[in-house]
Parts: sequence; structure tokens; C-alpha cells
Amino acid sequence: MTDWYMLTLVGKDQPGIVAKVTSALSGAGCNLGETSMIRLGDNFTVMMLVQSEAGESGLREALEPVLAALSLVLHIDAVQAGLHQRPVPDVRILVHGADRIGIVSRVTTLAAQAGLNILDLESDVGGGEADPIYILQIEGVAAQGVEAIQQALAPLQTDGVKVDVQPIETLIG
Amino acid sequence: MSVLNILVYPDERLRRISEPVQVFDGALQEKIDALEATRLAGPGAVGIAAPQTDWLERVLIVDVSGRKKTASHGHLILVNPEITEWEGHVLGREGCLSVPDYTGNVLRAEKIHLDALDRDGNPLSFDMEGFEARAIQHELDHLDGLLFLDRLVSRRQDLFQRKNYK
Repeated sequence: MTDWYMLTLVGKDQPGIVAKVTSALSGAGCNLGETSMIRLGDNFTVMMLVQSEAGESGLREALEPVLAALSLVLHIDAVQAGLHQRPVPDVRILVHGADRIGIVSRVTTLAAQAGLNILDLESDVGGGEADPIYILQIEGVAAQGVEAIQQALAPLQTDGVKVDVQPIETLIG
Repeated sequence: MSVLNILVYPDERLRRISEPVQVFDGALQEKIDALEATRLAGPGAVGIAAPQTDWLERVLIVDVSGRKKTASHGHLILVNPEITEWEGHVLGREGCLSVPDYTGNVLRAEKIHLDALDRDGNPLSFDMEGFEARAIQHELDHLDGLLFLDRLVSRRQDLFQRKNYK
């Protein structure tokens, strides 16, 4: 039986992590589904859906040499998953402002109350060291409509945070 | 009206370049009607291009008039279309009848000027913007063997590609 697993790998960033990890997996006959791989700070983080007949122990065995060589931490969860299950986002939220505690919390709490289901969120800290700025980008599904989210987030504007909520209109042609 | 088979990527036939229409006869009219029937049978497609149905001539259909708050020239059947002017650029999300189960972000010109012929060979000329201009650019790419997959941009670049940054 072929099962899906969520693999999480984290370690200090260095060239070749993706190549070595995915080569070990393909060598073990595993198939990759959706993945997210990004550098956060000095770390490289990998989350990927992997289809395998080898089972959790087989996956771990296949990756063990790479984990040791690259000092990566691996976590495996058996998951219900598959291909072609990704919803299409219909709203995009862009937030930026002076960095302070609680920006993500306030934006996402208000948006969730207005029906937002987040599909994809990334945030970054930029600007100068003395005056850092926070940048937050979200794509999601607005179950109660985009206007509900616009209204819910409007109060943040007066608090010195720039919030832009735009519909995503997907063209099918 | 029978519905035509849609070529689906990675079918290499989608990569061919279509030829200009030379003859405006009854056969052309029948093919155009079949193309429109095929568009309407698809899942919410605002446009379709002839080569998506293995017909290698420069014909496309676009109709965004069903969308709220969208500038539109109505139902357009365009033969030998050509974009002669581009202005601005904007990021938008696209999918395709020929690429099921995937949508992605693509940069397109915000405004275009389009010259074309109608289904009888009479000249047409339009200034278009926004969603309609995007649909034309998407379909016209098909005539040149291109898919939106060829133009994907990372969502992570979004902040630098918004309209105020020229």
C-alpha cells in the first residue's frame, strides 16, 4: 500500500540540502507531492508531502546518511493526503509597518473572525537594524467574502500598520 | 454542437505556433462555433484559443462580460489578433483549460491595444485593460505555443511588483 507522509527537516543552511534529501528519497522510490522549502534565518527548513511504500521506518532509514552528513533534524507524520486537493485562494493580504510584537497575531485573529482560511503565509523582517519593519503576505480563502476581511482589518490602518486586502480573481483561459 | 477535445499539458502539440487565418469561409465559421461550444463546456473559462483544440490557426474567443465590476467589450471572436501597444504591468492569478488543477501568478500588461479581424474578416481595434486585457494576453500566448506556466512568477516577489513600482 502506498501512503503519504509529512516530512519536516530543519538544519543549519548549507548548499546541497535539497539535492541530497530528494536524491535519497527518489533513490528509495518515494514520490514527492507539494513541498515548501525556505531559508529562515540561518536555518533551512523543508516540509514535504512524500508518497512511499517504505513506511516511516523505511523513510527514516533512507534519509539517515543524509541527516548525519548535514546535521538535519527529521520529523515524520503519517498523514491523509494526496494530489489535487489544493484550494484556489481568492484573497491576498499585504501588511507592513514598524516591527512590533503582535502584528501577525492581530491581523490573523481579526481575519479569522471574518472568515479567512489561510493557505499560505510568509513574513519577513526588513528595514534598518535600528528601525526594523515587518512585512506579512497572506493568501487564503475568504469564506465570508473579501469585504468582510477588508472591514475587519480596517482598524489596524489607524494604528500605523499598512494593510492592503485585495481579491484574487483567477482567470481560467 | 459537438465539444472538441482539449489538449492537456504536457502534450507537446500545445507548443506549436499557429498560422494566420487566410480564408473566411463556412468551414471557418463551423470551427469557430465548435470552439465556442468547447469554451462553454469548460469549467468557467473566460477564453479559449484554437490551438488548445489542436486547430493551428490564429483564432481566439474571450468573454469576460459575465464578471461583476469588470471592464469589457463583450463577447469577442478574434481572428489574427495582434497586440500593438502595452502599458504597465500587474500580477494576477491564472489557470488554464489545458493545465487542470493548478493556478499560479503571472505578470501581464495592465493595458493593451489590440488589432484583429472578426469572424468575417472585418478589422477590429480595441483599447483594453485589466481582466479583459489579461485574458487576451493569456489566449494570445497559446497562438505562439506558450502557456501561463512559462510566465509564472513567485508570489514572494509580489511586494516589488505592485502597480506603484514602475
